[in-house]
Amino acid sequence: MTHQVFDTRQAEAAAARARREQGRTHLLNHPIATGIRGFLFGNRAHRGLVFTLTLYALLIAIGFVYLQPLLFMFVTSIKSPADLLNPMVQWVPTELFMGNYERAFRVLDYPNTLLASIMISVVPSIIQTGIASLVGYGLARYRFRGKRLIFLLLLATFIIPPQNTIIPQMLTYRDLNLLGNPLALILPALLGQGFRSAIFILIFYQTFISLPKVLEESARLDGATDLRIFLTIAVPAAIPAYIVSLIFSTVWYWNETFLTVIFLEGGVTTLPMQLSSFTQAYENLYPPGTVSITERLNEAVKMSGTFLNILPLLVMYFVLQRWFVESVEMTGITGE
Amino acid sequence: MTARISVRREISLRTREGLYGYGFILPWIIGFCLFTALPLVQTFLYSLNNVSVTATSISLNFVEWANYTRALFTDPNFIALLIGYAIETLVSVPIVLIFAMIVAIFLNQKFRLKGLFRVIFFLPIVITSGPVIRELSEQGAASAPGVADNPAIAEFLAQLSPSLRSPIEYVLTSFILILWFSGVQILIYLASLQKIDRSIYDAAAIDGASGWETFWKIVLPSLSTVTVVNAIYTIITLSHFSENRVIRYIYAQTYDVQGGIGYASAMSFIYFGVMIVLLAVIGFALLRWARKSSV
Repeated sequence: MTHQVFDTRQAEAAAARARREQGRTHLLNHPIATGIRGFLFGNRAHRGLVFTLTLYALLIAIGFVYLQPLLFMFVTSIKSPADLLNPMVQWVPTELFMGNYERAFRVLDYPNTLLASIMISVVPSIIQTGIASLVGYGLARYRFRGKRLIFLLLLATFIIPPQNTIIPQMLTYRDLNLLGNPLALILPALLGQGFRSAIFILIFYQTFISLPKVLEESARLDGATDLRIFLTIAVPAAIPAYIVSLIFSTVWYWNETFLTVIFLEGGVTTLPMQLSSFTQAYENLYPPGTVSITERLNEAVKMSGTFLNILPLLVMYFVLQRWFVESVEMTGITGE
Repeated sequence: MTARISVRREISLRTREGLYGYGFILPWIIGFCLFTALPLVQTFLYSLNNVSVTATSISLNFVEWANYTRALFTDPNFIALLIGYAIETLVSVPIVLIFAMIVAIFLNQKFRLKGLFRVIFFLPIVITSGPVIRELSEQGAASAPGVADNPAIAEFLAQLSPSLRSPIEYVLTSFILILWFSGVQILIYLASLQKIDRSIYDAAAIDGASGWETFWKIVLPSLSTVTVVNAIYTIITLSHFSENRVIRYIYAQTYDVQGGIGYASAMSFIYFGVMIVLLAVIGFALLRWARKSSV
């Protein structure tokens, strides 16, 4: 027993001696120094403080770059005419002035254009998503000649600029009396040629090709028809792809102005369309000669209009943000 | 006998499968013919003609390549806009790619408030529309904060030759805009970063590789293929963007008395050609790099 105690003592003394020696020779290897170094620069177990701080600093800087225009838009939109002229007022207005929003609301004809925008973006998106899933399934599950050609043409539809095909389409629609009719957007979507359809077809192709085939094959042995197999087995398995496609499609249709202006002008007015003719619409409502100087069109009103324009999308984004953020992971779109 | 029957059944099964396959993609094939191939051919025909449109009919007057020569050699604006577009694209694509890659690598780390930062970084996907961008850049909210109006930088820019000045000026005045085009690219990078097996990092760390070496030897090569995808995506979004100056010019010319549909169609095809060249140049350069780095 004593022998053992003696042994541990001896060992402790030796260890202390070694530590002292080490401390003399390598001050940096002292436990406290290692601790501080690990805390600052990280070690194998976790990142250091310096790295973490740098990461956060960069993230905040980039985040600021992204948010700055939005912040600018919002701050400007609540500035009163006096604040706008006051060079001292930059980022903090002296009062919360809602007059700009009142006028922008009226100029944009908000309830009507909002409704039009929702219809013009949601209806084609639903159709486009449905057709894209059908085509993607066909490409993923069946062997047939000319599949490579189809993929090539699919890529072509993505690459060809819209202005290379839009004029004859417009003239045809004019002959059919479809200009200004939502059908002008719905028809191409119905035939797989909607806005950026190729991307959605590829998303569904990727999704279906990564799903196991077993269930569908056993259903086929049980005598189910191909369409039934698609609707009852493949579609439920690909729900995330449907949601992601629907969201992105809606956003892209909402933001698309080149096609909508040409096809819908005179018939339906969406929010972005009304925003592009904001100045004109404002002057129709508030003729420059008849209103006082404070009621003239200024950048605060314009920014209010812009903010009202993106507000529905912002709301949608914050409600559905998980689907945006995880969309690619869910659908595995990044394939070959 | 049975063998022959089974061969025939095999063939008929394959034909059946093929037919069903075509059945599924039939809407797309019809749509491609009606809404892509046919209008493309028609636009090409228009580009070889003087087109005049009346309320009821369209009359064509064949002029061979006159619209093309006019766009390329007579029109003072078009070529300048086209060169501007090519330079802006060549400058923007690397910025978008590098920026998206850095952000994706950041977002792939573990840290607190990650969800919040992700939400902020993907915001541009939602709000990048033509009119919004135009309003913002008119108000000067699109330039890098405090840089574009800095007198020292203006002084520095004034001393550069014009060919060098315009790209730099473009980057400074629309830096935020360029970054706003990176949303989807960040998403794509992030997804492929998450596909990298974590054990590779551990193995590298055990072998004593620093974070820096890990990036160049492991992360970058595994992002090479997806970089090509992102580059193509970036070029196409930038080229199709409705606020693109070339597109706006073509659109304005369509309804112009001096221009007309024929002239606009010719310009569309020239623009398309330039876009293909840009795609080919950037695509091939990146593909070569991807092949080299992934072997």
